[in-house]
Amino acid sequence: MSDVLVKIRNLSASFSSVTVLKNINLEIPSRKVVAFIGPSGCGKSTFLRCLNRMHEEVPGADIQGQIFLEGQNIYEKHIDPVLVRRKVGMVFQKPNPFPGLSIFDNVAVGLKLMGVKKRVLYERVEDSLKQAALWGEVKNILKRQGTSLSGGQQQRLCIARALAINPSVVLMDEPTSALDPISTARIENLIRRLKEKVTVIIVTHNMQQASRISDKTAFLLSGELVEYEKTSKIFTNPSEVRTESYITGRFG
Amino acid sequence: MSSEKELSLDNGAVIYSYSLRDRWRKWCNYFMLGCLFLLSLIAAIPFLFIVYYVLAKGISSVNWDFFTQLPKPPGEEGGGMSNALIGSLVVVGMASLVGIPWGMGMGVYLSEYRATRTAKALRFVVDLLISAPSIVIGIFIYGFIVVRYGFSSYAGSAALLLIMLPVVAKGTEEILKMVPNHIREAGLALGIPRWKVIVRIIIPSVLSMCVTVIMLAIARIAGETAPLLFTALGNQYHIRDLSEPIATLPVQIYEFSKSGFEQMEKQAWAGAMVLVLFVFFINFFTRMFLFFYKKDKIKPFQKGK
Ligand SMILES: Nc1ncnc2c1ncn2[C@@H]1O[C@H](COP(=O)(O)OP(=O)(O)O)[C@@H](O)[C@H]1O
Ligand SMILES: [Mg+2]
Repeated sequence: MSDVLVKIRNLSASFSSVTVLKNINLEIPSRKVVAFIGPSGCGKSTFLRCLNRMHEEVPGADIQGQIFLEGQNIYEKHIDPVLVRRKVGMVFQKPNPFPGLSIFDNVAVGLKLMGVKKRVLYERVEDSLKQAALWGEVKNILKRQGTSLSGGQQQRLCIARALAINPSVVLMDEPTSALDPISTARIENLIRRLKEKVTVIIVTHNMQQASRISDKTAFLLSGELVEYEKTSKIFTNPSEVRTESYITGRFG
Repeated sequence: MSSEKELSLDNGAVIYSYSLRDRWRKWCNYFMLGCLFLLSLIAAIPFLFIVYYVLAKGISSVNWDFFTQLPKPPGEEGGGMSNALIGSLVVVGMASLVGIPWGMGMGVYLSEYRATRTAKALRFVVDLLISAPSIVIGIFIYGFIVVRYGFSSYAGSAALLLIMLPVVAKGTEEILKMVPNHIREAGLALGIPRWKVIVRIIIPSVLSMCVTVIMLAIARIAGETAPLLFTALGNQYHIRDLSEPIATLPVQIYEFSKSGFEQMEKQAWAGAMVLVLFVFFINFFTRMFLFFYKKDKIKPFQKGK
């Protein structure tokens, strides 16, 4: 069962006419974990932000090419970016729960603003928190501030928040780089289970992490896609010399 | 050197040294701190004195009648300032009703669309208005409204509105600018339209600070006298119609204090005391609100662990 969920065609992206992604072509299978690795500044975050149309929120940012999500080009004129973002969730590098909102409301706010009925709200919040492996720790303190949780818990809260609106893809931009090893391990376990329901596209600078959790790995270098293969192949027998030298730590 | 205490490791590295210069620096620090403390104290003395003076002079005339009765004619004992109290509530209330949402809207625009040309122009106007002396604003309203339609509570409210708008707008803008961008991005990435992100997520996260700005703006216009002198004018009686001249506390205090009648001067002191207490309580309740609200609700933008 490896139908294509996201198809990227000739994707280029720039900031104020400085090109940072060059003609990227790749396909992302459904219900898998796909990792993007590469030295910092190579365009990993920019790539992710093209997938949920957040790139265009930066003044001066431009994008070319097509991205098909479930067969629909999300960059077609009549497509509302707001609706794209409801299909493509995002988790950021730094845990960023909404300040001033309770744990419950952090997860519920997206649903509330989408007009989900109060009756089902609690159920959906509980469900999302369970999927994010946070329910047990917060079920008695749902009224507390989201920002009062620990860093690792905050990040899982952000994952729950993203899952709540039922996306088909979740983008994660170095989600564990601000966390301690135990919180990191928890989130890795969580990601492995998430792919039963959603596709996870994760950017990581930690190659062990990529090899532990992903099915496929893409290597980006200065805005170009160098190699995109099964994770086991990338880490044991890469076809490109540049991939090999990056993985073995010879640069980056 | 005998004046230096040193703590060195086996390998000779100095990790702690306490030289004359360090000691000198420390005393300098204490001295400056002391100066600052003293200056703050000196600055507080006139303020305390004013509060004491107003209370001492006003307390004898602040009674039930003061809040419920109209002023008595010159020379007669007793009476109150109920007309001015109600008038101030009306004028300040009308200005706030319009000024708070409008000012906050402007603040949101200035912060969230800060790069647009309209925002830059608007910011210029707001800065200009904020620094305009309030009497100039009064003259402006006089020329534009009073000359055509006469003195009225509308004209008074309009003057206060012009004073309040830029204060609320600037305050809201500065508060919203403190919200880090990644919070907005988190909202947008959830598929929430930008305006809803602002209204439902960003503003609630800084609500307590917005309340402070609003309260301080209300306190500010409640005490304005000059712009009301030639817009609201004054009225010895209760208003029956908003298009009539209206009594306000600051103007009535001003009028009574220069009347030359001892009894009216007493009333003026009572009015001053009520005004001071009103502003004081606004500040006090804002602080109380923030204290209890913050305790549980707001932890603004602490650094993630
Ligand atoms: N907001 C921005 N404005 C201008 N240039 C940017 C911006 N964000 C990123 N860049 C540039 O785009 C390139 C790719 O950045 P990014 O996608 O963040 O890389 P990565 O996530 O792989 O570290 C970098 O050279 C960076 O300097
Ligand atoms: Mg990045």
